[in-house]
Order: sequence, then C-alpha cells, then structure tokens
Amino acid sequence: MLGIFQIHEPDSIEEASSLLKEYGYEAAVYAGGTELLLVMKEKLAHYSHLVNIKTIPGLDEISFDPEARTLRIGALTTHRQLEHSSLIAEHAPLLAEMESTVGNVRVRAMGTIGGNLCFAEPHSDPATLLLAWDAVLEVGSDEARRRIPIADFLLGMFETALQPGEILIDVHLQLLPANAAGAYRKFSTHERPTATVAALLQLEQGVIADARLAVGSVGPAAFRAKEAEEMLRGQQPQEELIASAAESASRAADPVDDLHGSAEYKRHLVRVLAAEALDLAARRAQAEVDYD
Amino acid sequence: MTEGLIGQERPLVTISLRVNGEPVEAVIEPRELLLDFLRDRLGLMGAKRSCDTQVCGACTVLLDDLPVSACCTLAYEARGREVLTIEGLAQDGALHPLQQAFIEHTAVQCGFCTSGMILTARSLLQDHPRPTRQEIRHYLKGNLCRCTGYWNILKAVESVAGSGRQRGRVGEEAT
Ligand SMILES: Cc1cc2nc3c(=O)[nH]c(=O)nc-3n(C[C@H](O)[C@H](O)[C@H](O)COP(=O)(O)OP(=O)(O)OC[C@H]3O[C@@H](n4cnc5c(N)ncnc54)[C@H](O)[C@@H]3O)c2cc1C
Ligand code: FES
Ligand code: FES
Repeated sequence: MLGIFQIHEPDSIEEASSLLKEYGYEAAVYAGGTELLLVMKEKLAHYSHLVNIKTIPGLDEISFDPEARTLRIGALTTHRQLEHSSLIAEHAPLLAEMESTVGNVRVRAMGTIGGNLCFAEPHSDPATLLLAWDAVLEVGSDEARRRIPIADFLLGMFETALQPGEILIDVHLQLLPANAAGAYRKFSTHERPTATVAALLQLEQGVIADARLAVGSVGPAAFRAKEAEEMLRGQQPQEELIASAAESASRAADPVDDLHGSAEYKRHLVRVLAAEALDLAARRAQAEVDYD
Repeated sequence: MTEGLIGQERPLVTISLRVNGEPVEAVIEPRELLLDFLRDRLGLMGAKRSCDTQVCGACTVLLDDLPVSACCTLAYEARGREVLTIEGLAQDGALHPLQQAFIEHTAVQCGFCTSGMILTARSLLQDHPRPTRQEIRHYLKGNLCRCTGYWNILKAVESVAGSGRQRGRVGEEAT
C-alpha cells in the first residue's frame, strides 16, 4: 500500500513550480506515475505532496513548425501518442518506431516522454534516441524558462539538470535533412532494454557528411560515441568502416554487471547493435530502405 | 511523513466515474489504487493482482478504452472517465465475441491472465479491426500467461480479428 499523500492540481507551470518549492523534498511532480508510484510502492521514497501536472493545459501536445522544421513535443505526451501520432509518422518516423518498443501497451498508455527523461532511469529508449538527435529540452519554473541540450540534461543515473522547482515543459526536435536518416536498435531480456543504440547519418554523394551515434542502457547514462562519429565522417559507409566504428563505440561504453547481463556481454551487444544501426541508417539515407 | 500516525491528516477526494457503464461516486484517499477500488469497494474480482509492477497484465482494465495496469494506477486517475472491466464485456447475457472465442479455442487454462488478455485484445480490435499477426503479438506482448497458453490465445484473437484465414494458418510464420 502507498503511504499517505495529497494531490495538488495546478493550472499552470508557475503554480506547479511554486508548489514544488513550497513543499521542497516532500513534493514530487506526478505525470503518468508509472515510475513514481512504483518507487513509492516499493517504499524507496515517499512524497506527501504529489503535484499533478496533468491538470496544466497543453502539455500533451505535439506540433510542427514548417519554417523552422522543428517538432515540439509536450512533456506529457505519452509513449502511445508518439507511437500513433500522424505528425510524428510524417516527420519523425524513427521516433515512432522507437516508441512502439517502449515497455508494454499499458506503460505506453500512461507513461510520458517527460517522465521518462526526468526520471533518468539508465535503461531508456527515448534518452538514447534523443541524445543522438541532439534534442533540446525546455524547462521552466515560476521565475524563468531555459533551454537545455539533452546532453547537458541527462547527468547520470536518476540525475538530471533540473533545479528545484523546475519542470520539463517540452522537447524540441530539429527534423533531419533530406539526405539524412537514422536507425534504432535495442536488445532486451527484461521489460526494460539491456542495450540501446541510435545512429543518424547524413550522406552527401555517398560520403558521410555527419554521423551521430548514441549508446544507452548499458551504463549509468546514455552517451555519444564521439570517436566512432569522427571515424565515420568524410568516409563512405562501407562494411569495414562500420565494423570499426561499432568496435570503437563498444570500447567507449562503460557497462556494469547486473541482472541484464555481464559487462562483457553488454559490450558485445553494443558492437552488434551499433553495426546494425549504422548499416541500416546508411541504407535508409541512400533511400534503399524505408522506415518500418 | 510516517504512515498511519495517530492523528495524521488523511486527505480525501471525491471522484465520479463510470464503471462498466454504471455511474459510481466515491470518497477515497488519493493513494487508493484502481485495482483495490475495483476489487474491494465494487467487488469486481476479474482484474487480478500478480506482479504488482506493470509487467504481467493480470490487472489490466480499460480506462477510456485504453489498457492500463490497475495495480499501479491511482483510482483518482479514473475521475470523470470510463472504466471497463471484464465483468462489463458481456452484453445482455451474451458473451463478447472475444470471450466466446477464448472458450472455443481453449485459450483459458487456469484463467488468471484471461481477463487482462481479453481486455487488451478488445482495445486492439477497437483501434484495428483487422490487425496482422505481428500487430496482435506486439499488442499482447505485455500480458503474460504463466500457463503459457499463448498459442491458443493468439488463435482466439485472430479468429475474432478475421485475420486467421487471410494470413495463413498460425505457425506458418517464423516469428
Ligand atoms: C514495466 C515497465 C516497463 C518499462 N519499459 C521501458 C522500456 O522498455 N523503455 C523505456 O525507455 N522505458 C521503459 N519504462 C519506463 C517508462 O518509459 C516510464 O515509466 C515513463 O515514461 C515515465 O513517465 P511517467 O509520466 O509515468 O512518469 P512519472 O512516474 O509520473 O514521473 C517519473 C519521474 O519524473 C518526474 N517528472 C515527470 N514528469 C516531469 C516533468 N514534466 N518535469 C519534471 N519532472 C517530471 C517525477 O517527479 C518522477 O520523479 C518502463 C516502465 C515500466 C513500469
Ligand atoms: S499485477 Fe498489474 S501488471 Fe502485474
Ligand atoms: S491461463 Fe493460466 S495464466 Fe494464462
């Protein structure tokens, strides 16, 4: 049974933020509750004030700005909405593809993208893909708003750049250029992923103009495989190059031994998944294969 | 805050919702879980508690037609909304086609997973009247049957989806 708590129903970010400040460590943002209620059920933490941000209008909307070619995804957008949204299907099919693999239908119906990122559980699909995508997160309080690149937002295991009283408002995604494409690969033995890899490649006349490779779930936080990205730029996406880049990403990983598998096994998974993701991204960028 | 201290204030909320089409109003503590609300207050025992962590699906009910884990959902979340449990599926004494199909395909062994399986399938069919086998498997992935009767469950859902004959017999695909 859950401990006793009170639920607050703010109408605005400002009100939610001042509630969080007023109650300090006694308070938590309550979105879909899929993580928060589990933590409270297990008595790992207790909050006597839940601030239900679902009563704030407009936080679950997805919109597209055709001029700037950006998608704006409200923090309360559920995994299910992202899986099925026609805007996402049209402009960011890779995101929908990844979202359809999160947890199970029930978690996708309740769980939000914002809750996933703010909880910073290391086994996260959205964190891995959005890190490769260089998503920008807008956070706000009763005083100010600021934008944080996702790489500076995800600081470690259960650790983000959110300051006391700050709330994640939305996720901004710049659409990939026409000659770029991406791929997402994961491996799971449990409900949450064991290893996750996202690759985005931009090709100009058969040469990789830009490469972004993110690895997640194996260590405390998702990371960009910078050395692998360097190796790929300016080269043609050939098998040996992809194999060496995947090897480099695997070496860069800092996996931990846990119930999901040994560190050595996870390194192996990263190598295999990175090679698959890079290969598929390259073929998609050359329009040889489409998104699922 | 320590739980259950004498004199500790217990916040209450009033919720009104519909459960299986019937209006329900109740005064609850915000911490009451939907599963306990349905089972202990309303006596609806179809949704079961098993893993208690959103993994198994035994507690699945539909909240505004979407499957949720009642074990990890606050009853408070159902305010102003419609809850459907397995008890509400039959209409005028006639079983829902999915219930009928589960009987015909022997898709029930101990029955512990059955209400969750059927409600999840009902949610899928409402969105996608003719899902592919792949889509059925994807949608039901989070509902575990510890009697491992997946094969017959798949066949039962396919028979209602009308995709069984269209897409070859069960077992012809590698995955
Ligand atoms: C069984 C199960 C399987 C799962 N499988 C996967 C998987 O395969 N892949 C994957 O990536 N994830 C998985 N997850 C995690 C899932 O994605 C998250 O549980 C979900 O997205 C969290 O969102 P929520 O709205 O429920 O968050 P909540 O539980 O409401 O909140 C989570 C935390 O974030 C804080 N918070 C929430 N929203 C905000 C906000 N806007 N601003 C500031 N703080 C906020 C809360 O205070 C809390 O600390 C799984 C979870 C479960 C229970
Ligand atoms: S009991 Fe709720 S998902 Fe298992
Ligand atoms: S029939 Fe026994 S758990 Fe599925």
